[in-house]
Amino acid sequence: MIPELGHFALVLSLGLSLLLSVLPLSGSFNGRALWMSTAPSLATGSFVFVALAFVCLSYSFAIDDFSVAYVASNSNSLLPWYYKLSAVWGGHEGSLLLWVLILTVWTWAVALKSAHMPIEMRARVLAVMGMVAVGFLSFTLFTSNPFDRLLPGAPVEGSDLNPLLQDFGLIIHPPMLYMGYVGFSVSFAFAIATLISGRLDSAWARWSRPWTNLAWAFLTVGIALGSWWAYYELGWGGWWFWDPVENASFMPWLAGTALMHSLAVTEKRGVFKSWTLLLAIFTFSLSLLGTFLVRSGVLTSVHAFATDPERGLFILAFLLLVVGGSLTLYALRVPAVRSSVSFLGFSREWFLLSNNVLLVVVLFTVLLGTLYPLIADALGWGKLSVGPPYFNRFFIPLMGILCVLLAVGPLTQYKRTPAAKLLSNLRWPFVGALLLGVVTPLAADGPYLWQASVAVFIASWIVFAAVQDLRTKLRHRASWREGLSKLPLSFFCMHLAHLGMAVTLIGVSFVSLFNEARDVRLSPGKSLDVAGYHFELVEMRKLRGPNYLADEGLVVVTYGGEEVAVLLPQKRRYFSGGNLMTEAGIDAGLFRDVFVALGEPLDNGDWAVRVQVKPFVRWIWLGALFMGIAGLLTVWDKRYRFVTRKAAISAEAQEVPVAAP
Amino acid sequence: MHPVRKQRLFLIGFVLVFSSLAIGLIVFSLRENLNLFYPPQQLVSGSVPLDRDIRAGGCVVPGSVSRDQTSLKVLFRITDGVAEVGVSYQGILPDLFAEGEAVVINGQLHSDGIFEAKEVLAKHDENYMPPEVAEAIAEESQQQGVEHQKTCGVISYDS
Repeated sequence: MIPELGHFALVLSLGLSLLLSVLPLSGSFNGRALWMSTAPSLATGSFVFVALAFVCLSYSFAIDDFSVAYVASNSNSLLPWYYKLSAVWGGHEGSLLLWVLILTVWTWAVALKSAHMPIEMRARVLAVMGMVAVGFLSFTLFTSNPFDRLLPGAPVEGSDLNPLLQDFGLIIHPPMLYMGYVGFSVSFAFAIATLISGRLDSAWARWSRPWTNLAWAFLTVGIALGSWWAYYELGWGGWWFWDPVENASFMPWLAGTALMHSLAVTEKRGVFKSWTLLLAIFTFSLSLLGTFLVRSGVLTSVHAFATDPERGLFILAFLLLVVGGSLTLYALRVPAVRSSVSFLGFSREWFLLSNNVLLVVVLFTVLLGTLYPLIADALGWGKLSVGPPYFNRFFIPLMGILCVLLAVGPLTQYKRTPAAKLLSNLRWPFVGALLLGVVTPLAADGPYLWQASVAVFIASWIVFAAVQDLRTKLRHRASWREGLSKLPLSFFCMHLAHLGMAVTLIGVSFVSLFNEARDVRLSPGKSLDVAGYHFELVEMRKLRGPNYLADEGLVVVTYGGEEVAVLLPQKRRYFSGGNLMTEAGIDAGLFRDVFVALGEPLDNGDWAVRVQVKPFVRWIWLGALFMGIAGLLTVWDKRYRFVTRKAAISAEAQEVPVAAP
Repeated sequence: MHPVRKQRLFLIGFVLVFSSLAIGLIVFSLRENLNLFYPPQQLVSGSVPLDRDIRAGGCVVPGSVSRDQTSLKVLFRITDGVAEVGVSYQGILPDLFAEGEAVVINGQLHSDGIFEAKEVLAKHDENYMPPEVAEAIAEESQQQGVEHQKTCGVISYDS
């Protein structure tokens, strides 16, 4: 009964979304206020019914209703309750339901927070989101219904959740990632609504900025969680593989980062209008492309649940419809855009433009590397894969240049920055960063690595330039306390995000350069030394978990004779399906992780063991966390307070809030 | 020429030169880092470039896995039902590596006919088979007139 209720709720939600995508939009064309004003209620209704469906599916998981096909193939009565709930999005159908749920949450949130907008705009934005919801709801209902029953002949036991997914990381990684992916549908809806209206001023940029920042923050945290999860669960200590599925989530991030910055210029200065609109369309299209790549089964990975060509075809058709439709609209409307404002070298516009150019080039290289194997396969050029060296060759230098410019950007002003003033501001940050960059690699053991020197230089360049920026902003204030309170929140958010970039940069480069890994054969009682740490495998023992049996190693780690950690790496065999899983033993630290993972049992009681010392690896995710928090906080900036904001203030009338006195 | 037009022409020329240069670089670099996939049948036929990074895949022949007694060296053979190739690898094998299961390997084929693997990838769960391998096996068996085969379980290893 409950699954049928869920199914019915989904159908109702599809009906409401259909209404939402038609009624308010047609109302906006013939000026019927009553039709337009239905949009928020329809959005709310659509959300309520998807939420109901989601609760129904969760309930079926909670009570082990194995007559539901999806529950039977993704759960098991032995699973702990929290994994039963996260198993809701552990497979294809359920993760789509989560996708739709999050989409309707965003739509509902926009409905709640858009009362200040002109009624036509509000109706159109919600209608566009309704269209996206129709696409995904019909995809769910017609090709991947999670409520399908196995009747008669329901199994007595489910076939268990993939053990890789039985982990805390998986409980939160997909929802975060989807919040980001789907959040870009809001920027997309604003862009499309603006194109429909034909009034291409900068008002839409103001409205969509907080949404874009928020979506970006979620996506950043979601990607970082995925990388963290891969690190300890899947990747034997690797944290990024340039795997097509990782790229699928990384490409919207790159486009979204460009979009965030481009929206800032469009809002403040009214330039790059058409480019920003295009970027908003691309960012969401890349989210859809990611969904297509991951869900269609054209890629092989842990994420590819569905190898059903019908499903892949559906998403592909939807993707083409969205991209084709919005680009046609764009082509029809954009020639009317005129931006008359000019800017000169060393202006903030110039720096934001180079940010966009660099990010788009990086995006293009990643896109090409990701799609090339698919194109080659489709054209019969053979089966091939693109290796990480290709991605690294472009990504590292381009991001390096981006980070160097990123430090300077905040110190510049819109329109024009006097070069002499900028240079004098940057003198000390440059000298300081140079010194630190040259000196720091000396502290590491082994040969002097110039790459480490460059990384430290760029990271400290970002930090010192930010400090200098703060100093110049406070120079004419009576006290620093008063000065700080006068600065807008968005100023701190920007620097926090940039600081996060520096932190991640240090983490990525240090762990790549100074990582020490050793694959060895160990028997109980034997030991080895890696990077000054002494690892002793004291004993191997067996133990039983809720739904698995495990071999556990007891590894004592000492440094200079003192005990640092006792690590308990496990090799688990799950009862259902007999899957083997490696649970690494990790001692996490701010400056280094000590990592032990069990390979396979060998003859005469020996084990293959991987031992690693990974300096600064936590900084990769710490930096991403900074960026996420920064993106989240921007929503509370005074300028974006949703309430009491008078509608449609043009950018030209707006003064620049963070300009130096 | 009108100065505005001249400026515009310069801009367009600059963008064209720069972007074609960039695309040229990217494609060049892409070609250099491509790893082509070969099934065992092609590996033994001698039509495969030697000492270059390539991908291969097949099913691990039961009974062919032999571990060195003191190190992490391992030797095994892979097959597509038609031909067999010896593989050498040093390191930890993935959790789901097993005899009679599908693997994809990255590495180089040497003149002695041994594939030196730098990386061994196994399937993600018991129902999954790397599509390259599945397709290779299906193709080979169709040429042989054998019925369409889906997993390694149905391969006959006596070839």
